[in-house]
Amino acid sequence: MIADALIAAAILAVALATVAARGGFTAVALFIAYGLLLAFAWVRLGAMDVALTEAAIGAGLSGALLLGAASRVARHPVTTDRPPGRAMTAAIALGCGGVAVALAAAMLLLPDPAPTLAPSVAANLGTTGLGNPVAAVLMSFRGLDTLLESAVLVVAVIAAWSLAPEGGWGGVPGPAQPVVGDGPLALLARLLPPLGILVAVHVLWIGKDAPGGKFQAAAILAAMWMLAWMAGRASPPSVRSRSLRIAVAAGPTLFITVGLLGWLTQGAFLAYPPGLALPIIMVVEVALTASIAAALALLVLGPPERRA
Amino acid sequence: MTTLYGLLGAALVGIGLFGLLVRTDPLLRILAFNLMGGGIFLVFGTVARRGAGAGFAADPVPQAIILTGIVVAFAATTLAVALVVRIAAADQARDGTTDAP
Repeated sequence: MIADALIAAAILAVALATVAARGGFTAVALFIAYGLLLAFAWVRLGAMDVALTEAAIGAGLSGALLLGAASRVARHPVTTDRPPGRAMTAAIALGCGGVAVALAAAMLLLPDPAPTLAPSVAANLGTTGLGNPVAAVLMSFRGLDTLLESAVLVVAVIAAWSLAPEGGWGGVPGPAQPVVGDGPLALLARLLPPLGILVAVHVLWIGKDAPGGKFQAAAILAAMWMLAWMAGRASPPSVRSRSLRIAVAAGPTLFITVGLLGWLTQGAFLAYPPGLALPIIMVVEVALTASIAAALALLVLGPPERRA
Repeated sequence: MTTLYGLLGAALVGIGLFGLLVRTDPLLRILAFNLMGGGIFLVFGTVARRGAGAGFAADPVPQAIILTGIVVAFAATTLAVALVVRIAAADQARDGTTDAP
């Protein structure tokens, strides 16, 4: 209880400080802390899979993306409309307070006993061959959500690339990184990736029976690649690269193919043949991990802007 | 204990919404929007926790949806950030300031 109160108080304080922060850098640093603290909250709520994802994507990759953006925008802040006046700010505060109070009231008035799908998941877990209920929901019971979500990443990469500045198309995504020869970054960029790849494979594999899976593994892989990139040890391929495009689209394409095969052989989109569910799910998981990792890294890098 | 996180989620939605409406720096608005998103996920996570049963610490269905939600929110954030960086570069080009990295 004390731990929960402390975590909640810390999250609240960091959120307030983020909104009140004067500069972009301070706000981003506080936001990373917010993501990490939120991961603690997820552990306390019994959602280990969400905690891992929040720490890896919500704090880690978002942090890298936003720090990079803050440093680029700081040199030339985007001019926008004037801040609201005192009376307007007070009115907005009142309105937002009202929204929060209404939501809080809804949380206090939730039905008891709570509606739950946990027994149905437990009853049908055996058909998937998986031991991790969240993985079973992601890959089988609500497979369509996961399919659409992996497609969203492909669309996001296309959208980000389409923001290429004039003359940038066909170039390399992200700002140039000089080679770092010395210091902690150079050391970590050499030391961590082999370990990180090992951890990612482990997280992917145990995801079938324990917290873990493709999103977490993909985020770790993307982070390892980003590390090598930041140290100037790895350069992203040109957006024209065919193999890069195949890497991004392969996972969702395979998932859709499996879905269509299920429709042809089992009579329902994304239905798995009995007994073969686990091997099919694992093959799709591996393909999705590679595609999601590539998409996440490309999204952090941003649009192509310099010549290869 | 679980209700505490639900109330926290509600408060975060309010704080994020306030930041989104009051701050004028686009990057800070993106951050505020994500604060709000975190609050919404927490509210949903509280509902999941209340649905614990059948040997699970929380209802796995909302948990899986939150997982997908985090990834989609990240994709949207990267797009918003790319737009802000692009606008900053366009402003810079219009003002005629040269920027040699």
